[in-house]
Amino acid sequence: MNKKTTKLEAKELNAYYGDFHALKNINIAMEEKNVTAFIGPSGCGKSTFLRTFNRMNDYIDGFRTEGDILLDGRDIYAKDVRVDELRKEVGMVFQKPNPFPKSIFENVVYGLRIQGIKKKAVLEEAAEKSLRRSALWEEVKDKMDKSALALSGGQQQRLCIARALAISPSVLLMDEPASALDPLSTAKIEELIYELKNEYTIVIVTHNMQQAGRVSDHTAFFYMGELVEFSKTKTMFTSPQDNRTQNYITGRFG
Amino acid sequence: MPHIDVELEKLKTKLLEMWDLVEYQLQSGREAMLQADQELAQQIIKRDRKVNQFDVKIDRMCENFFALFTPVAVDLRMVLAVLKINANLERIGDTAEGIARFAKKLDGPVSEPLLEMTKVVPMYEEAVAMFADCRVAFKTNDPVLAKTLIKRDRALDKIYRKSDGIVTKFMAENPEKISEALAVLSIIKKVERVGDQVTNIAEEIIFYREAKVVKHRQDKKKKKD
Repeated sequence: MNKKTTKLEAKELNAYYGDFHALKNINIAMEEKNVTAFIGPSGCGKSTFLRTFNRMNDYIDGFRTEGDILLDGRDIYAKDVRVDELRKEVGMVFQKPNPFPKSIFENVVYGLRIQGIKKKAVLEEAAEKSLRRSALWEEVKDKMDKSALALSGGQQQRLCIARALAISPSVLLMDEPASALDPLSTAKIEELIYELKNEYTIVIVTHNMQQAGRVSDHTAFFYMGELVEFSKTKTMFTSPQDNRTQNYITGRFG
Repeated sequence: MPHIDVELEKLKTKLLEMWDLVEYQLQSGREAMLQADQELAQQIIKRDRKVNQFDVKIDRMCENFFALFTPVAVDLRMVLAVLKINANLERIGDTAEGIARFAKKLDGPVSEPLLEMTKVVPMYEEAVAMFADCRVAFKTNDPVLAKTLIKRDRALDKIYRKSDGIVTKFMAENPEKISEALAVLSIIKKVERVGDQVTNIAEEIIFYREAKVVKHRQDKKKKKD
């Protein structure tokens, strides 16, 4: 086993939407090349927390944070951090597949084009590599110039993963990546997450307890802005320490 | 009550019903032994079929529960415990049947001196009492009571360990009662097994309530003794 390295870390993190205290003193350290699942009821802060890792909340009026978010030990809210550089490092996949109304090929290389890469050969190679990694290559290799919108929901989501991978991030944030998909597509995404963790650090928000159990190494349970429990997924689902965790995962909340 | 709790309650109730039946089997076995009651012994043997039906039914209920509710945490431990307790109850049922078979072999009531010397009656009573207390521990979710049972089993083991020598001596002195003595010795062995099985069940209750694995711990202690 490799030595454990902390990839993402939050230290005494507080976040506010105006007066609303959305995240309360969060302390957590996530290991490199590990899958961490965030679970908790709606409005518990898990998505807010996920989005602080690539500063997606910056656009929201009145949003502010206190405390530190560290990527490889570096504060990502520091003044000298460029958000576009940060997002090259930290990719994101959303709940609803959101391909651009362009060809499959253009979707995958979109980020690279923005970076100014123009060479066709480089783009083609990157596209194939990313699509292979997202387990979509075999299904789309003969129709790269067709519209991405013609793909099925599950294929679109894998395309979005390929698009995120194309810019070679080291962290992948996933906000309920399979909740809009059927069981077969869900299984493919989960299989993919399992594969990808060899190379990437993955953080996934999910409402599906079994999914958290199947794909993650560690699980964090959030409740009303607090990080209630963070432990190995196995421990969390067999013998949670906190009563609130137990009530939530066994479906007895409220 | 949430749907899942209704199902868990059903499972628990079914297991407690089985527990009652097995306890009745054990009590009857004691009577059959003391009175050398052939007819009662035969009834016990026949009634073991009912115990087996419970076993199958509870297994099936657990299987359905896993498939439909995918339980986690305390619910998961509860169903796992029920599965194992079910298996142990079934085994205790078999043990009661076995005792009945030995009781059937007795020509008449066991002679007083043999009963006295082997302590088979207090041993049997303690085993039945432990079995009943174990039921209470399960019903009331009481791991503390469960822990006391593990200790109480040692008294049964002690009587069992001495029984070989005592029975051998008795047979030497009463050669006409060898078959009776052998039957008593076999019953002692069976009762000792009941104690072990109650211990297993107690360990499952502790696992279910406290998420701690306590089984196989005394093995190490025993080796040191």
